[in-house]
Amino acid sequence: MEFLAAEEIGKKIKEISVAEFFEKNRHLLGYENPTRSLLTVVKESVDNSLDACIEARILPTIKVLVKPVGSNRFRVRVEDNGPGLPPKKIPIAFGKFLVGSKFHKLKQSVGTLGVGVKGAILYAQLTTGKPAKIQTYYKGEKHYFELFIDVLKNTPKIVSHKVEKVSKNLHGLSIELIVEGRYVKGQQSIPTYLKYISIANPYVEIIFDSPDGRITFKRVTKELPPPPKEIKPHPYGVELGKFKRMLRLTRQKTIAAFLKNEFCRISMEKAIKICKLARLKPTRSPRKLGEDEIEKLYRATQMVKLRGPPTKCLSPLNEKMLIEALKREFPGEFFAAVVRKPSVYRGFPFQVQAALAYGENLNLNGCLLIRLANHTPLLYNAGECAITKAAQQINWRNYGLSQSEGCLPNAPLVLLVDFISVWIPYTSEGKQAIAQYPEIMKEIKLALQEIGRKLSVYLSRKRKIIRLKTKRNIFESYAKVFSEFLSTLTGKKEDYIRKKIDELIKKGVEVEKIEKKLKEKTEIIEL
Amino acid sequence: MKLYIKPKKKEEILSTLNSLGKKLLKEIESGKNPYLEVPVRTLRNIRFDPKEKKLYLGELVSKRYFLHLAQIRKFTQTIGVAALAKELIRMNKHVSLREAFYILKRTIPGTKINIVDEQTESNKAVEDMELIINALREQLHINANKLGAVAGNVVIRDRGDLIDWSKLGSGGWSVPSNVEDIEFVKVKAKFVLYVEKAAVWERLHEDKVWKKLNCVIIASQGQATRGIRRLLQRLHYEFNLPVYVLTDFDPWGIYIYSVIKFGSMALAHISDRLAVPDAKFLGLTADDIEEYGLKKHLIKLKEIDLRRLEQIRNYEWFKNNKQWQRQFKLMKKLKAKAELEALASKGITFISEKYIPRKIRKKEFLD
Repeated sequence: MEFLAAEEIGKKIKEISVAEFFEKNRHLLGYENPTRSLLTVVKESVDNSLDACIEARILPTIKVLVKPVGSNRFRVRVEDNGPGLPPKKIPIAFGKFLVGSKFHKLKQSVGTLGVGVKGAILYAQLTTGKPAKIQTYYKGEKHYFELFIDVLKNTPKIVSHKVEKVSKNLHGLSIELIVEGRYVKGQQSIPTYLKYISIANPYVEIIFDSPDGRITFKRVTKELPPPPKEIKPHPYGVELGKFKRMLRLTRQKTIAAFLKNEFCRISMEKAIKICKLARLKPTRSPRKLGEDEIEKLYRATQMVKLRGPPTKCLSPLNEKMLIEALKREFPGEFFAAVVRKPSVYRGFPFQVQAALAYGENLNLNGCLLIRLANHTPLLYNAGECAITKAAQQINWRNYGLSQSEGCLPNAPLVLLVDFISVWIPYTSEGKQAIAQYPEIMKEIKLALQEIGRKLSVYLSRKRKIIRLKTKRNIFESYAKVFSEFLSTLTGKKEDYIRKKIDELIKKGVEVEKIEKKLKEKTEIIEL
Repeated sequence: MKLYIKPKKKEEILSTLNSLGKKLLKEIESGKNPYLEVPVRTLRNIRFDPKEKKLYLGELVSKRYFLHLAQIRKFTQTIGVAALAKELIRMNKHVSLREAFYILKRTIPGTKINIVDEQTESNKAVEDMELIINALREQLHINANKLGAVAGNVVIRDRGDLIDWSKLGSGGWSVPSNVEDIEFVKVKAKFVLYVEKAAVWERLHEDKVWKKLNCVIIASQGQATRGIRRLLQRLHYEFNLPVYVLTDFDPWGIYIYSVIKFGSMALAHISDRLAVPDAKFLGLTADDIEEYGLKKHLIKLKEIDLRRLEQIRNYEWFKNNKQWQRQFKLMKKLKAKAELEALASKGITFISEKYIPRKIRKKEFLD
């Protein structure tokens, strides 16, 4: 009997398609409710466009269109001026899950998983049954595809493919989807997302045709950041399982060469040292190591002292650009920015850049924290994010702001923190919060403290001016009556005395001098 | 001896005010922050002279600057008083402290700042001005409200009017705050009796004590006003009349005596013009309570009374006075006070006919 039951169960065990898995678990990809889903569709497409443009060194211009078509349905179209894609790659790039150009690379980019835009296509076909319309320019041709994803097989299903001759100069790619959704404004909305992404990528121009009309986010610089370089993995960032797989797949003939060539920061000298530590001959073949030996070799790589990974894989902005971009959307009275030196967590290089805008004129209801990861905004799960936690743990009172214990400062302040890394440790598949590794927390705090100090200098100067102005005001008020009294007492003309006293006050309370100094220091930029 | 200072002349005051104005103007013209030198009036600058038995002001002087956030207000108020005084002296008009307050109280144009908000501020400014130019406020033509009455065998001249203190009916002559210009025409009385309470004064007046004992009776309500103190001083120094003080047996009453005799802390700078170091304390004493059987009319001392008692017994001028220390000790033991009016329990006129004459005859007073 048991034997039969086992047979029955065995029959039920079968492979499930990745596409099917994501269809059932679409909340993991950010499609949990109509509002967030619409945002995710836009976000995935824009992220893709940005990555493509930057990789091709093209100054990005991205057109985003979101228009209602019937109740609860929207037409979403994202068009870029990037390099486009070879037509034969379009079907799998858009119709098959876990196909991507970025997953295996250690290089800073927005998308990484080979899931992004396919999730949007899947979501569209699930909610409205409409195919994705993808158009690319390629070598003087315009290719137009309509396609679905075959959920069970995780393969593209092309509905139509049209080709048209066009000018050779045209480039770019667009994707159009009809999806179910709800359009909102506010903190977690498409306009906010586009605003933040345009701040974090000041070289991008975004033209947004929203249901309420056109909004343009102009680029503030034509300078693209240096292109991120691909790096080899750093031994400290590799876990045993991956190490084993690398040994099996390598083309290197000896373990010393394997260590030297498959990783960064291992010289031949270091490689031999590692082998010695593992008591293995450096000339052994990587593919012929036993389980115990692999583990020994792995331990040795973790034990030996190595330099941190190279940071050319990162592409930060500079402070000036950050300030310019922030100023466009938040024209406050004071700005500060910092780009920290690269640091390392779990063998992955990362870097934190932060900026702030301060202004009573900003009409802010308290502090606004803009979280970014690789220049893309994080709008959800703020509470579990390392950026939020770090900002809350800082004692802002030290910098002249009021703050309730464990909260963001209570001030008309915009804080922007951009976490840049070859591998962003998201807390979940929704990619909305950064995990709280101590090294990451520390760097974020240092960045915020640095700009906090600059703000505090500004605020204390400002307070001093207010104090001095009040002081001078009081002096001048009393001087009015005092000169009258003194005129009675001395018989001298009141106007004369008044003039003399006012001169005295001007000399005694030097508001202008400090005010000038403050204006000069409104932007404190360290380059 | 600097026991008693004759009033300064008007011209003298005017020229002092003028030179003060000139000094300030000169400082302003030469780009300096104008300042006033005000003698410090806090306890740390109040000294007791055991030889002359008087409180006096020490040497400490504080500089008050015009361009100083914490001082500009007081500075302006003080100069406001100076300007007002100059005008008053020139016009030969007098104002009360209350009037001075209203004259100074106005809003600076274009602001919400009043030059003075409370009368205490203008009063303080007047006191400061007294210190700065070393003159009495009465000489600045600013007077306190009059308070108190006098009766006795004395004839005076005041603003041309001849006034006989023995012929003023039930109310007596009310003592003005400025007694500087009073001229004594005839002084027959042999001593002065000061009583703390108006009600007791009326008792004594009704019983014609001043006639029977040939004295002057003066009362105020509570602390003696400057006018009364100056009047006591003038009668004492100009006519050698002994001054006797009659108060309740409690810390507050004893302090009234202390102020008349040694001067007050607030006005230590003009003790020379107010204090009567030879004044004697007639009653009530702890011994009176015993002798006249007032024990059943005692009133329990409150916490605040006991605290005041502690302060007073430790004042330098009482500290080494055995007689007084004995009184304080007894008061502390009794934990009670006795009012002058309690003597009425022995008979309505007991105080006038028995108590006072007996005390004076027996010379039963504390020094």
